[in-house]
Amino acid sequence: MTSDTAKAPSYLDKQGRGGILSWVLSVDHKRIALLYLATMLTMFCIAAFLGLLMRLEHLWMGGKLFGPRAYNAMFTLHGVIMIFTFVIPGLPAVFGNFMLPLMIGARDVSFPRLNLLSWYCFITGIVLAISSLFTGAGAPDTGWTFYVPYSLRSGTNVTIAVLAAFVLGLSSILTGLNFITTIHRLRAPGLTWQRLSLFVWGLYATAWVQVIVTPIVGITLLLITLERTFGIGVFDPTKGGDPLLYQHLFWMYSHPAVYIMILPAMGAVSEIIPTFARRTVFGYRAIAYSSIAIAALGSLVWAHHMFTSGMSEVANWVFSLLTFLVAIPSAIKVFNWVATLYKGSITMAPPMLFALSFIFLFSIGGLTGVMQGALALNIHLHDTYFIVGHFHYVMFGGTVFAFFAALLYWFPKMFGRMYSQRAVVVAWVHMFVGFNMLYFTMLILGYMGMPRRYYDHLPQFHTAHVIATIGSWPLVAGIGILLWTLARALRHGAPAPPNPWGGVTLEWHVPSPPPPENFETIPKIDGPTWTFGPGASR
Amino acid sequence: MTEPTSEHVVSYGTYVRVWMALVVLTGLLVVAGRLYHESLSVPALLTITPLKAGLVLYFFMHLRYERPYIRGMVFVALGTLTVFLSVLFLDLSFR
Amino acid sequence: MTEGAEHAEHVHKDREAAKIGMWLFLFTEMLLFGGLFILYSAYRSRYPGDFHRGGQQLDYVIGVVNTLILLTSSLTMATSLTALAQRQRRRAVFLLTTTVLLGAVFLVNKSFEWSVKFHHGIYPSSPELLARPPGEILFFGLYFTMTGLHGLHVVAGIAVLSVMTFLVARGRITAADPVKLVNAGLYWHLIDVIWIFLLPLFYLAA
Repeated sequence: MTSDTAKAPSYLDKQGRGGILSWVLSVDHKRIALLYLATMLTMFCIAAFLGLLMRLEHLWMGGKLFGPRAYNAMFTLHGVIMIFTFVIPGLPAVFGNFMLPLMIGARDVSFPRLNLLSWYCFITGIVLAISSLFTGAGAPDTGWTFYVPYSLRSGTNVTIAVLAAFVLGLSSILTGLNFITTIHRLRAPGLTWQRLSLFVWGLYATAWVQVIVTPIVGITLLLITLERTFGIGVFDPTKGGDPLLYQHLFWMYSHPAVYIMILPAMGAVSEIIPTFARRTVFGYRAIAYSSIAIAALGSLVWAHHMFTSGMSEVANWVFSLLTFLVAIPSAIKVFNWVATLYKGSITMAPPMLFALSFIFLFSIGGLTGVMQGALALNIHLHDTYFIVGHFHYVMFGGTVFAFFAALLYWFPKMFGRMYSQRAVVVAWVHMFVGFNMLYFTMLILGYMGMPRRYYDHLPQFHTAHVIATIGSWPLVAGIGILLWTLARALRHGAPAPPNPWGGVTLEWHVPSPPPPENFETIPKIDGPTWTFGPGASR
Repeated sequence: MTEPTSEHVVSYGTYVRVWMALVVLTGLLVVAGRLYHESLSVPALLTITPLKAGLVLYFFMHLRYERPYIRGMVFVALGTLTVFLSVLFLDLSFR
Repeated sequence: MTEGAEHAEHVHKDREAAKIGMWLFLFTEMLLFGGLFILYSAYRSRYPGDFHRGGQQLDYVIGVVNTLILLTSSLTMATSLTALAQRQRRRAVFLLTTTVLLGAVFLVNKSFEWSVKFHHGIYPSSPELLARPPGEILFFGLYFTMTGLHGLHVVAGIAVLSVMTFLVARGRITAADPVKLVNAGLYWHLIDVIWIFLLPLFYLAA
């Protein structure tokens, strides 16, 4: 509890003339984080709704509800919105923006105005993406992957959607650029790299991937626009172009993109597990360096999305081998998290519940990924529901669950309120049961041979489809309960102390919510910011 | 953090000498590219061009005078591009 | 890493941060063009004869002249920083103006080149071009895309440098605070570097 009875200044207090302008013109990293949070949760709900609709189509055979054109547009939009407006901005846009300066003892990021510009790009991209629904021939039906040659020929609004993705990529680049500079330049005196919290390491590795590979998909998407408009020929087989080169360029970004999605999530889990086990994390250096290793190795495996596309055998072998290798640093993290639990004093508070679920669900996702990396298996599994199940396990069970874990962990800090932990546990039960019912069934469906991106299915797949669809309902209900509980807590939650969970990293040393300038005086660091017990900093 | 006084200031003479080297190399490039047999011109192109780029990066863009970590960052960026190109040819060369 | 021990918090303007930020932005430009270089390499290895023929249809003299123009503009850009540091404001303005003018001449040359090609019926999806072998279609497709994207960057560079010239002339960029000019210069030099690669790829492909 704060010692003074007068209300401490908070970044949430009315600034200037208040109102919406004080938010959308703010360069305060904490306010920008909330701008992202509000936008992203809205987009998540829209995309989740599209997912619900797709599942409804599969309650019956024959495409009775929407039919093929609408269904194709749905899975395209579901993918584009989820990936580009939720999972990729993900934890960095919300928790990176909010927590990074706090965790390194800074008052803000290196380029606060660029930070706001990043959010403006984000909004612009979203407006462009939504507008693709309402003009011309409607939303694109190419899948979020925009494969050529169909994306060159489709009469739907591919150009607008692709430009939307380009602008969203710009937003991602600016965030990464800002974070790299911030981490290099604004660490508090005494805060060496080895004293940084693991979430910061995760953000750093992610930021490099964002800056380096996003431009590649940028040019690729630009080339689609140029192809559709001017007919350059680089991807057009009738002019000598090679559709496989499109796939190569596309996946050169889109594979590392999944590491953009997961590295910050792992970083957050590396914060939460030690806090709720009341133990210093096991193997700090291994976890820190494995983040860099995942970023590096993960940039070399892109063509494992192309095993059946017609690549050379040499490429197939090399990419398969590299794919197996990239599982290793991830496994190192899992071992270290579990080792942190050993002889810990464990509290199953909601953040911990979600963080532990992350480990379980991400492991299933990761292992199914390794399975797909095996060439022989890949021939059978490629473009089936197995893939769909796999990536939902890693992206949803992984990143999104970690996103919620982080939200539950840092909610008191960000909003100065506690929430009903019991309600959140109820939400979690719904989510966990529903999630596995929906996506494990997909793994089985895929193994049985059900192709992905089909609006209809054969009778032998029907029972499984019904089970999966039913599973989507408690899942969505659980998310609804979760968001509702948090929304209520904003108004009615008990005031939060500076450190409700007993964390040790720097953000817990400021009031909840933090004042606009973060720290009264910039702290001086004389030890690691991530250790529990004697020897911890300050 | 030191107060902003002087950046590393490079003399006019150094810049002019680098420019002259670039002009000479361009000349060599043209000669190699147009006048000689393919087997000589391609390796020449592949060495002279990065050399020219390196001169611009090192002197005009001050990489020579920066702290090592900035050079490291440039290496990461260009290295990644090189690796992508090389690994891509594992597919293209063997189809 | 020593740069971490210095804490930039109390400095209103962190020059090192501005420099890091600018380099990171340059990396995105390198990778953006990098994607196109990757495509060029792939198609060149597939259609060496067609690319050779395509290269013969480009005027290497203009290519070399443009190269010399950009190299010289990099010289004037770099020396403008020296002039600024030595408080020779007039000379700095002169050198910057020269840089901008050289950039403009580059663009004029480029537009001549392109219009000659258009005149001969060579442009993306033109009937004349589509009648050619696929490698040639791709050669010219890449030619227009890469030199076009590069040209757009030159336009942006000219705009930025014009603003910088104005700011230097007005005394808003000084020896004590040259950051904006340093960063603008980095951008301009990168444009030069990209052209250094474009020259042999297209004009000396023969």
